[in-house]
Amino acid sequence: MPWINACSTDDIDAEDVIRFDHEGRTFAIYRNHEDAYFCTDGLCTHEEIHLCDGLVVENTIECPKHASIFNFADGEVETPPACENLATYPTKVEGGRVLIEI
Amino acid sequence: MQSIVIVGAGECGVRAAFALREAGFEGSVTLIGAETVLPYERPPLSKDIQAPPKLIRSLSDYADAGIDLRLGLRVVALDAVAHQVQLDDGTVISFDQLLLATGARARLFPGMEGCLTLRSDADMRRIAQHLIPGARIGIIGGGFIGLELAATARAAGAEVSVIEAAPRLLGRAIPAEIASVVHGLHAQKGVRLLTSTDVVQANATQITLGDGTELDFDAVIAGVGAVPNTEIAQEAGLHVENGIVVDAGLRTSARDIFAAGDCCNIDWRATRMRFESWKIAQDQGAHAAAVLMGGDASYAKVPWFWSDQYDLTLQVAGVFDLTRPIHRRETQSGTCIVVQCDRDGRLSAAAGIGPGNATAKDLRVLEKLIEREMSVDPAVLVDPALNLKALLKAR
Repeated sequence: MPWINACSTDDIDAEDVIRFDHEGRTFAIYRNHEDAYFCTDGLCTHEEIHLCDGLVVENTIECPKHASIFNFADGEVETPPACENLATYPTKVEGGRVLIEI
Repeated sequence: MQSIVIVGAGECGVRAAFALREAGFEGSVTLIGAETVLPYERPPLSKDIQAPPKLIRSLSDYADAGIDLRLGLRVVALDAVAHQVQLDDGTVISFDQLLLATGARARLFPGMEGCLTLRSDADMRRIAQHLIPGARIGIIGGGFIGLELAATARAAGAEVSVIEAAPRLLGRAIPAEIASVVHGLHAQKGVRLLTSTDVVQANATQITLGDGTELDFDAVIAGVGAVPNTEIAQEAGLHVENGIVVDAGLRTSARDIFAAGDCCNIDWRATRMRFESWKIAQDQGAHAAAVLMGGDASYAKVPWFWSDQYDLTLQVAGVFDLTRPIHRRETQSGTCIVVQCDRDGRLSAAAGIGPGNATAKDLRVLEKLIEREMSVDPAVLVDPALNLKALLKAR
């Protein structure tokens, strides 16, 4: 699996999320409250809504549309309506850049 | 073995059933639904006429969770003392605890018999037949169901008229600032909007207005509210008053019987309310499961709902008092966010409208602030320089 140079660490505000599109796929990249970075699929598993418009609180993302809550560190559903977990991808920070392995 | 029976297999009943299992309940769970199709999500019905029903859970999920799903059956009688329900096929089921999640049905005023209404997937299939290019569709009621259907009918190429008795759209629960955005968009999309217009009679193809005007349509749909399904509760002697009256733990007036979702009447910040909301139905279903298992927490989730019309999404958190001041937050063009504080200065309601999910993050933050009953000066909240999320950190 290749490491992709996705964005600068400063592109994401603390406790926030951005959308990252790559080769026809869409991802969400998160910076948590402790400045750790995470990556998941970009769309909610309930109705394919872009999670980047949702609210990040610590390690959770809430879907902006129907309020499913996922833990983005492990992808698990914390609150329905979503039933399926989010796929997660490894990340690392090098030289001020966020890399994701997809 | 302890047995729990849930009457109503909508969003609330299904959530309660699965939440019981997720919390480790080992007794029997029987979920009774009047419709014959697997439980599905209702919000898409007014928004998308093409899609097949979106199932809440797959059939195998019920089996895997050990939920005894009984579809196509209605509960016709409840014996609160004997702890039994009787189904329309004659079956009698005993329970240790009962959850009434019977929902609501579309209201029709006298003189409107023959109009189409929307509540179920079957209703939507009937309506969809009429939503074709050039069809003349008359919609009675400028509330959420009427307006979402208007948008859906316009998208299908129909000619749409919306007739609302009140002076403006969404007058029951939504601030005028937000409703005017909705009104403007429908007008721009070519919907004929008749406000302050009474309907005295209507049938499948004609609406008669208060001034005697008769309007002809290819189909007439009434979206004039919902009536809670409380008959079995009432006949069983439970306290019913605009819904099945419950306390903060979703307990009815009868021992071991609980109610949740659209059918129940519950306190929200010292006011009796009955909500019709997908999210609240889920939240209350989950809460009911916790109480059924012996929990004693009070239900305190902030009411929240949304509506989609064309490319606009509206979200509302809390409950507006339309007789009190409402403050508009300066936002990017094309979006509108309004907030309200209660008499004690605590944030009590917020609404946002904009393309797609443009206001979603702000609304979610505001919802959390409402949940905390945060005292805040509205002048501070509406300042565009304020980072709303920073307020969440300020304890």
